[in-house]
Amino acid sequence: MVKSAASFSRPTASPFDRLHKFHGGLKLPGHREVSASRPISSAGVPAILVLPLQQHIGAPAECLVQPGDTVYKGQLIARQVGAISAAVHASSSGTVTTVEERPVPHPSGLQAPCIVIETDGLDRYQDSESTALDYSRMEPDELCTHIRRAGIVGLGGAGFPTQVKLGCGKHKIELLLINAVECEPYISCDNRLIQERAAEVIEGARVLQHAVQADNCIIAIEDNMATAEQALHTALATSNATGIQVTRVPELYPSGGERQLIRILTGREVPSQGFPADIGIICQNVGTAAAVYNAIIKQQPLLSRIVTVTGDGVVQQQNFETLIGTPVSHLVAAAGGYTQDVERLLIGGPMMGYTVPVDNIPVTKTLNCVLAVTREEMPAPPPAQACIRCGKCTEVCPADLLPQQLYWYARSSNQDAAQDYDLFDCIECGCCAYVCPSHIPLVQYYRHAKSEIWLKETQTKASDIARQRHEAHLNRLARIKQERAERMAKKKRALSSDDGSSDKKKAAIEAALERVKQKKQQASTMPKNVENLTTEQQQLIAAVDKRRQQNDEPE
Amino acid sequence: MLIAIIALGILAALIGLVLGYTAIRFHVDSDPVVDQIDALLPQTQCGQCTYAGCRPYAEAMAAGEADINQCPPGGEATIQALADLLGRDPKPLNPEHGAHSEKTVVIIDEQVCIGCTLCIQACPVDAIVGAAKQMHTVVRNECTGCDLCIPPCPVECIHVVPLTPTIGNWVWPKPSAQALGEVQHG
Repeated sequence: MVKSAASFSRPTASPFDRLHKFHGGLKLPGHREVSASRPISSAGVPAILVLPLQQHIGAPAECLVQPGDTVYKGQLIARQVGAISAAVHASSSGTVTTVEERPVPHPSGLQAPCIVIETDGLDRYQDSESTALDYSRMEPDELCTHIRRAGIVGLGGAGFPTQVKLGCGKHKIELLLINAVECEPYISCDNRLIQERAAEVIEGARVLQHAVQADNCIIAIEDNMATAEQALHTALATSNATGIQVTRVPELYPSGGERQLIRILTGREVPSQGFPADIGIICQNVGTAAAVYNAIIKQQPLLSRIVTVTGDGVVQQQNFETLIGTPVSHLVAAAGGYTQDVERLLIGGPMMGYTVPVDNIPVTKTLNCVLAVTREEMPAPPPAQACIRCGKCTEVCPADLLPQQLYWYARSSNQDAAQDYDLFDCIECGCCAYVCPSHIPLVQYYRHAKSEIWLKETQTKASDIARQRHEAHLNRLARIKQERAERMAKKKRALSSDDGSSDKKKAAIEAALERVKQKKQQASTMPKNVENLTTEQQQLIAAVDKRRQQNDEPE
Repeated sequence: MLIAIIALGILAALIGLVLGYTAIRFHVDSDPVVDQIDALLPQTQCGQCTYAGCRPYAEAMAAGEADINQCPPGGEATIQALADLLGRDPKPLNPEHGAHSEKTVVIIDEQVCIGCTLCIQACPVDAIVGAAKQMHTVVRNECTGCDLCIPPCPVECIHVVPLTPTIGNWVWPKPSAQALGEVQHG
């Protein structure tokens, strides 16, 4: 750290001018020309919005609305739960119709809890007045709170809550990296965003830079994005930003990967299982920077994002400003609908994306591309053959792993060995599967192994809790048993004890008996109501007493 | 000769002292093997192994009284892990103790529950909440699926439900080697 700090504070121009190389990588055909050449258009307000409670990594948000509630655009409808979580806002005005399980964009095709809003088409905010925050006078913590309230997550794909990423660094952050290296084929949403809103990106980057107190900020851009780069330079020249530089990196997949990009720009390696913050770097997607701009300057939570709708399976390949929660079907309709020969629908790009069986899924915060492909464009992979141990996968692996070894271990479900070979450093970029001459679906093996390990971990955690609870249960039973035994023993002692206390008791009983006797005597000697009697009554009583004495005598 | 004996004697005494000290200083209370076995068991506490819980079963295994194939909730995976730990040959699950099935949980039909508290007393992990003549309910996250609460229920209002797969616990399917035409290695 000390050494790197020294290298950062060098007074000469910039320490990041020299680019480095990461291991492996692929040159892929771009397929972006059409979508990148058309301006971003609005996808409009759909009839219904489906907002999943979990659109990020971490705990799902907690729903705050009920069916029948009227919501305004920008209203908080689900709040953050725990530290790693993100809030969800209504992306347009309307009425909440239901809160239920709906299909969501996920490779499993499973359903997840969603808030469904029937829009009223008015798209109205609760209160229209908002003043831009003067972020330069705010404390980083305060700024992070505002970013957290806006529900911003990493828009590059992983969806890690942004405030967590900004605030997690116990280390001093020296470099903020704005990632505009859109390396995956077909996707051009970041490219168009910069071309059309470069000033917002720059401003957002400055806010982020202030939030992490970084001296340096690099906006990294791919060398095939000349127009976007020009726009950034123009915006930089007009703003009075300092310490922000735009760096062009050569086109190579996957240079937009966080670790790969850090490697290219600084030559340094993010530790295995660690975070970039561990080496004083924070990397944010360019879309996230624009969202931060909206949150701080425009005072607007994350309500929409740019989605590339592309592939030969749609009529008009284009980028759309899309409200979060818009159904993908609506988005495809906005792009002119499907073509005749559409084969399948992917969420994400061709390398890291996944096929979805239906298009009634909503656009989430992390969904950057809807790719409808034809059979010619992306034929089904030929049947997998045996691994011939050619080693091509190892040559292209950008994470410097041994994909072949990982494949053997993942296939034989030897998860411990796979972890020994750093399975979790795999970024699932798909380079190994792309070059595999045997067409082995390598990435799927790794994903399977990873999710198995995660499942096992959660099971272990659950069984640890069950063990603790069972022990507590046994302790409780033992305690109750002991307490009962003590109580019984006490009673027994009290009954069987033969010390002086029994005499006292006897005395007390006798005293009580004596009292009763006295009372009885009093009652018999002094009958009540004998005063103020008439002579007639007295005679009657005397007669009765006489009879009673006569009756008693024979006995 | 005498010097050698004395030297060795002193050495032996010194080593004995060190060993004696370490034996007291680093004394391990419980049998570490029992802990290791217990860590591999699923902690369902169902008693299908005929022991009164996972730990007693682990103790019996460590003592050599119980076999490693008596845990139906753990299934093959647990047997394999136990075989690896104890250096024994894995064997199929003993059908006397039941068949392996995916984890389930129970739910109480709250309309039918009469609040008798019998299930609360039966639950080994205190995952049922309720009081006498009050409705009971199962804390789903804590339920181990041992089904011990079902027999005592006088009104049969406790039902077994499978755990539905969610996005959180979904596992990527493993590519099927045969289906893909991949040649098997010998």
